[in-house]
Amino acid sequence: MEKELRLMKGNEAVAEAAIRAGADGYFGYPITPQSEILEYLMEAKPWETTGMVVLQAESEVAAINMVYGGAGCGKKVMTTSSSPGISLKQEGITYIAGAELPCLIVNVVRGGPGLGTIQPAQSDYFQATKGGGHGDYHLIVLAPASVQEMADFVDLSFELAFKYRNPVMILSDGAIGQMVEKVWLSPQKERSKTVPSWATTGKPSTRERIIITSLDLDPYAQERFNQKLIDKYNVIRENEVRFEEFQCDDAEYLFVAYGISARVCQKAVQLCRAEGIKVGLLRPITLFPFPSKRINKLADKMKLILSIEMSAGQMVEDVMLSVNGKVPVYHFGRMGGIVTAPDEVVEFLKSKIIGG
Amino acid sequence: MAVATGIKEVIKPENLVYKKSKIMTDNVLSYCPGCGHGTAHRILAEIIEEEDLQSRTIGICPVGCSVLLYNFLDIDWQEAAHGRAPALATAVKRLLPDRFVFTYQGDGDLAAIGTAETIHACNRGENILIIFVNNGIYGMTGGQMAPTTLPGMKSSTSPYGRDVKLMGNPLKMTEIVATLPGTYYVTRQSVHTAANVKKTKKAMRKAFQYQKLGKGTCFIEIVSNCPSNWKMTPVESNKWMEQNMFPFYPLGDIKVPVEEIAQKPSNSEKND
Amino acid sequence: MAKIRGSIVVDVERCKGCEVCMVTCPTGTIAMAKEVNHKGYFYAFPANPELCIGCANCAMVCPDGVITVYKTKI
Repeated sequence: MEKELRLMKGNEAVAEAAIRAGADGYFGYPITPQSEILEYLMEAKPWETTGMVVLQAESEVAAINMVYGGAGCGKKVMTTSSSPGISLKQEGITYIAGAELPCLIVNVVRGGPGLGTIQPAQSDYFQATKGGGHGDYHLIVLAPASVQEMADFVDLSFELAFKYRNPVMILSDGAIGQMVEKVWLSPQKERSKTVPSWATTGKPSTRERIIITSLDLDPYAQERFNQKLIDKYNVIRENEVRFEEFQCDDAEYLFVAYGISARVCQKAVQLCRAEGIKVGLLRPITLFPFPSKRINKLADKMKLILSIEMSAGQMVEDVMLSVNGKVPVYHFGRMGGIVTAPDEVVEFLKSKIIGG
Repeated sequence: MAVATGIKEVIKPENLVYKKSKIMTDNVLSYCPGCGHGTAHRILAEIIEEEDLQSRTIGICPVGCSVLLYNFLDIDWQEAAHGRAPALATAVKRLLPDRFVFTYQGDGDLAAIGTAETIHACNRGENILIIFVNNGIYGMTGGQMAPTTLPGMKSSTSPYGRDVKLMGNPLKMTEIVATLPGTYYVTRQSVHTAANVKKTKKAMRKAFQYQKLGKGTCFIEIVSNCPSNWKMTPVESNKWMEQNMFPFYPLGDIKVPVEEIAQKPSNSEKND
Repeated sequence: MAKIRGSIVVDVERCKGCEVCMVTCPTGTIAMAKEVNHKGYFYAFPANPELCIGCANCAMVCPDGVITVYKTKI
């Protein structure tokens, strides 16, 4: 079957892609700038076509716990929200990670902290990649930079989630969520009839009972479990790094940027090169696992590296760790919901080149 | 395994009248002596066995004294975060509508942190059973005040007795959810005497049968004791419960379905 | 005239000595032992076995399910 071409908003693309990926359930709550996802699903009525459950929960907390329950049954379930709502979900997320269950969480980031703004930001990087919730765990984090990737990453997220029995986050932002672009939509996948061996479905006489839990009061057993998670994340680090490079081959300076900032930097690269500055862009697609090895290698030929992100400087720390002191690393980006402009990036790079 | 037996001649397989359900695992229950949780678990296990539900049931257990409930009943379980069991149950039932789905929660779980999840699952009329064990205190964490602690009742965080001016009145969750059109069968029972055990078992059997009808949430409150944190012996605690808890939380059906339910008499009705 | 004879079997090592069975028993069959089990509980036992009518009230209220009940007509 062929792909279908449509003009869609990022948020709508997530919703449509979820239906087509054969998702079993969506549990969400309205919050700007992502309420269109829930609205689109309610209007599309997939329960009449694929049988997908769509439910507006009473809170983000309830929604993530519905995802937890559904994931425990081996179903493809997801929730979406924006920064303050994602904070509410942290407890549920660690339970899902601690029980080794698959699911998709989409964060369409807005300015913070607190109630913040409704405009785009990238200030949830720490929350997404360094934990957010308590305990030793990680989410696999995908950062779309286009409406196409908003759509494509839904199916990819479910694939990774089930492959590793881990929650996956799509870390988007208010700009990507709201922008309208062409998107090629995959054909409808059938909802899976396979029941994973670890899922609760009712105990037949042929097996032991299945208990979905993250509790173990025996500290030695819990330590073994923590080690098991470490091993899992190391496998993910080895195998699932994704990134894209733009004009890095002859570059002397490097932008590292994701999401809307990557789009901005693409333009900034063009503007710089028009002035004779040889700069390239490395766009991480996975923020966890982070493309540390690649950035470390690129640092060999760069004079300096800029982390361009709409925050007070979060990903810059991972860039610094990756670069490991080889060259100077700086952060630049607007905050408060303002999208960084390409010429601002150009000016900042020039100031670092001259100023040193 | 040491046993104390009565008249040996009577002890023959054909004379068996009562033994613990095989749905109970072999694990020793972690509850304090005389705690109603054990009795409630056993009634639930008997219903699951008699109605042949083991392969079609998913239970959601809480945070509280019964956090390890999954060690005691041999069915599939999901451990919910504190108060969130109705949210998990909502998803499980909607995704697997032909399974029997229930939550088992204490008073902190259901009436404090989980109030929103409780009310909204009932309001949506999720086709699940919510079992609410109410002993007016937080057991697992060491005897703190609960939303259902009685006025004047002492606890580790109300050492001079619950002062309703400062701490509010106890919540009657059962009456509250009964007002919601989404609930189908709402009742309050206890498990401290054989007669009440029989009534609770009857209520649980009804709740399972009603779940098949898909007409809304069934809600069973079990008023129970906490000898350890009430600082009484088990027998004293049951007396205290009768004298103090029951007047405030009266036993009986609060909401019953109006329609007649046509059902084949189940062959285990003689146990009721 | 047929008389009902009951007999209970108590798993004394799992009994926690809560005494609820004793106060529930309608015939005075059950008493608490004067010695403890290995957990330190004074366990329940059928002190007057000839009084037992096999009503199973004790087993029904036992929180730990340690009582099994038999009954016959003699």
